[in-house]
Amino acid sequence: MTTVPRNSPKPSRANGGSDGLFLLCLVILGGVYVLLIIALLVADVSFTSPNHLWKALQSPEIRYAIKLSLITCSLTTIISLWLSIPIGYLLSHYRFPGKALLDAVLDIPIVLPPLVIGLSLLILFQTAPGRAIENIFPITYAIPSVVLAQLMVACAFAVRTMRATFDHINPRREQVALTLGCSRNQAFWMVVLPEAKRGVLTAATLAWARSLGEFGPILVFSGATRMKTEVLPTTVFLELSVGNIEAAVAVSLLMVTAAILVLLIIRFFGIEESLGRPV
Amino acid sequence: MIAVRNLSVRAGQFALNEISFEIPAGEYGFLMGKTGCGKTTVLEAICGLRSVVSGTIELMGRDVTRAKPAMRDIGFVPQDSALFSNMTVREHLSFALVIRKWDAPSIKARVNELAEWLGLDRLLDRKPAGLSGGEAQRVALGRALSYSPGILCMDEPLSALDEETRAEMCGVLESVRSHTGVTILHVSHSLEEAKRLADRILVLKDGQLHLHPLSGGEA
Repeated sequence: MTTVPRNSPKPSRANGGSDGLFLLCLVILGGVYVLLIIALLVADVSFTSPNHLWKALQSPEIRYAIKLSLITCSLTTIISLWLSIPIGYLLSHYRFPGKALLDAVLDIPIVLPPLVIGLSLLILFQTAPGRAIENIFPITYAIPSVVLAQLMVACAFAVRTMRATFDHINPRREQVALTLGCSRNQAFWMVVLPEAKRGVLTAATLAWARSLGEFGPILVFSGATRMKTEVLPTTVFLELSVGNIEAAVAVSLLMVTAAILVLLIIRFFGIEESLGRPV
Repeated sequence: MIAVRNLSVRAGQFALNEISFEIPAGEYGFLMGKTGCGKTTVLEAICGLRSVVSGTIELMGRDVTRAKPAMRDIGFVPQDSALFSNMTVREHLSFALVIRKWDAPSIKARVNELAEWLGLDRLLDRKPAGLSGGEAQRVALGRALSYSPGILCMDEPLSALDEETRAEMCGVLESVRSHTGVTILHVSHSLEEAKRLADRILVLKDGQLHLHPLSGGEA
């Protein structure tokens, strides 16, 4: 049995203090940001009317932008998946020299300022190999440039999602498939990829959403030519620049609706919490 | 027959050197030892899931040291079953047969035979999420035995089960031994299970393998 030394202070109960005050501080500080988000959306909705929205949708330029946005975002999503699934799988399953460097390189499009990505793309296609490609298949200031500009950022997010997805799949399943007679290729298509289905859907949704909102690289690399390389963010920019705020807000609301739908889909598939970084 | 000669394997910082043992054809061998002693590493090397530094592995008289897992004719039952979450029990039992391009009637007959034997007939259309621990292990066992491999390797298949289910699974494993004639390597902690099922007990201690007597003594 241990004894308390005589000169030690008398043991007393710890004073827990007030939990209520602590919680109140958290709610107030956090609440400011949440209120700001909601206020933004409410302001957008209150600024426009169904009439403005209808008028915007009647405009041939805006209809073209909606169509081009839907087509380019979908193309970007498909290409992003074809690139991000192999990269995610390789990063998750294999150790190789330079892996940390490759991991860092894949983060560059996420941390680079969007305008710089656009400028870099523009410069890339001014180099000799870039111009050789342009001669066969025009890219700069044409529709393919929109897809390429969207792809540079969207794919980086898809890679992060696929890496997190493959990291969370029990490797024993693939190993069992190998012992059952599968080649690596068969194990990947028959076991690993079906297990990654939710991750693939989340990566696709994220890539699509990132592409829809992409503006900086498109402005620099594709230009803002109406009825040619105009996507929805370009429309907002062009309408604002001529002072047509109602149309800009109406188009913004279309994008807000699409973004909220994407958020709901990601929540439904429930994978965003497993991502290594915020999305 | 499983014959491991002078096997050295490495798993990160951990290494096992010069391990040798043999389990004759049709026998039930137990590989025991403390957690972290390298039991699973040996099992993975035999299954072809971990590369070998030196030594040889022979299965049924064939040197498979460098062979791919698919070429080793081994049924593998991992500790956590590792069932494929998107497949039904029926698809698990037919998986290896589809890979081997069996015709549909033969697959159906084999799946029904396995399901009846392992008591899975009413679970064939369920997915892993709807199975209990014991049921999942029976599916993993059925999946491993579906194509009648010569060797069955199991990594602590009973450790996550409750007392009653474990006794039931021991019964199933006894029936596997008597019905199939497969050579079994079973990695386990439990001396009690080993004494009930094993023809020989190997104990891995301090990087050395010892043969443990089938009666009396602690592993």
